[in-house]
Amino acid sequence: MLALSRALPLILQAVAWELASRLELVSASVLPSLSDVLASWWEMLRSGELIVNGASSLYRTAAGLGSAVAFGIVLGIAMAWWKPINALLSPVVEAFYPMPKSALIPVTVIWLGFGDGSKILLIFMGCMVPVTIGAFNGARGADQALVWSARSMGASRLRMLWDVVVPSAMPELLNGIRTALALSFILLVSSELIVAREGLGYLIGYLGANGSYDAMFAVVLTVAFLGFAADRAYQAFMQRMLLWRE
Amino acid sequence: MGDDHGATAGWRPQSVLSMAMNGAAQIVINRVSHVYRPPRGREVLALQDVSLEVRRREFVALLGPSGCGKSTLLYLIGGFLPTVDGTIAVEGRPVAGPGPDRGIVFQHFALFPWKTVRSNILYGLEKVGLERAEREKRAQAFIDMVGLSGFEDSYPSQLSGGMKQRTAIARTLAFDPNILLMDEPFGALDAQTRSLMQEELLSIWQRSRKTVIFVTHDVQEAVYLADRIAVMSARPGHIKAVLDNRFDKSDPHIHKNQVFIDKVDEIWELVKTEAIKAQGERR
Repeated sequence: MLALSRALPLILQAVAWELASRLELVSASVLPSLSDVLASWWEMLRSGELIVNGASSLYRTAAGLGSAVAFGIVLGIAMAWWKPINALLSPVVEAFYPMPKSALIPVTVIWLGFGDGSKILLIFMGCMVPVTIGAFNGARGADQALVWSARSMGASRLRMLWDVVVPSAMPELLNGIRTALALSFILLVSSELIVAREGLGYLIGYLGANGSYDAMFAVVLTVAFLGFAADRAYQAFMQRMLLWRE
Repeated sequence: MGDDHGATAGWRPQSVLSMAMNGAAQIVINRVSHVYRPPRGREVLALQDVSLEVRRREFVALLGPSGCGKSTLLYLIGGFLPTVDGTIAVEGRPVAGPGPDRGIVFQHFALFPWKTVRSNILYGLEKVGLERAEREKRAQAFIDMVGLSGFEDSYPSQLSGGMKQRTAIARTLAFDPNILLMDEPFGALDAQTRSLMQEELLSIWQRSRKTVIFVTHDVQEAVYLADRIAVMSARPGHIKAVLDNRFDKSDPHIHKNQVFIDKVDEIWELVKTEAIKAQGERR
């Protein structure tokens, strides 16, 4: 019942979309009808076009985001815990923070070419920032008394970092990763739109340029759905990780 | 065989030595000063020329107004802050850092919020090197001792203040430190819980016979709990007087007992001037 009431606005929107194009309130080149879009989606799924390009996109996101998370956690905690590292790197992170990462798309292409490498690097650079900042703020907020308690119970400095600082940083870190997750999709699609030979972003640009609007919309919907599903799955994961927080 | 035994028992120098060791101070604080350097703002002399000796199994209260550096002194003994000026030795060895011989209980419990009651207590035991089954058994024994049976799998956020502090005390007692450092452990509790916890601590201490250094600004608490009371002055903190506080505490209505009341009055007189000074300084 609850699920239905939450899905209802979406269903209404879908109906409105279908009616708008069926009744020719908008032209099919601006907004093809939902049923046509779904039909071409099914067509592309069967031909494998969606799978091949989707797999390529997901690989790029996973690789870029995964490495950004690993690197950002280490960097953020190191910055929070060792002053020299913070002094050295915080100006770099602060300068990099407000920069629109999409401006780096041509740069990464020059460095790594048209393939996966340039997309992975772009996503890595963009996603690293919110992860680092989340880990940094979280780790800095670690309660002194918890650190001391662990040390007095025989934990070495490094062990204490793992036992106390990492879990203390967890709430902020997980929020940072969530921001990074959303950002990874933005960077993925925009970089694939501009320079790529495969991927969902590439497919959107290619189909749009060739006037296959219903197919293009199908890919747009796919990207939207993937982003939504990833965020939902991530939220469930986050809730599990933070069960202790009442 | 029998002769050998007799010879060993009769070997005086050693028994005299070990008696002296037991009677001698376990913790020796010698002319310690400490400057607190805040990240911003000017330096503060928190402790000035503090000397104190604590004997094995003694319950010593560090009593003084807020901000007199009594907690700082406790952190120095714990090895959480470095002793730069003066020396602190535990069992004859200078303190070089935190160690499981000195367990600490904080005012705000310092439980790991992401661990359950049981996991919190197990944490200290993991470092002791006991077998898993043995650790579990010991953790359960301490959970039972502090009356938290049934809450083993609760997270700290699900417990009341008193239950949190019981967990913290159990966690510290479980890894069996020789010395218990307590930093206003009951300061965050309501009056009733506080008085119950004081009673409980006293009975735990009588059973386990650990050395306790107990920081408080509450005169009644110090008089009720401690063998000796070190009264500290307002900042910069130094030890103003060390008073013997051993008297019969078995009276269930001890707070109405004349000996108790006189002790409290006597010590309150000493503390009052310092508390007024501390007030003036803050204004």
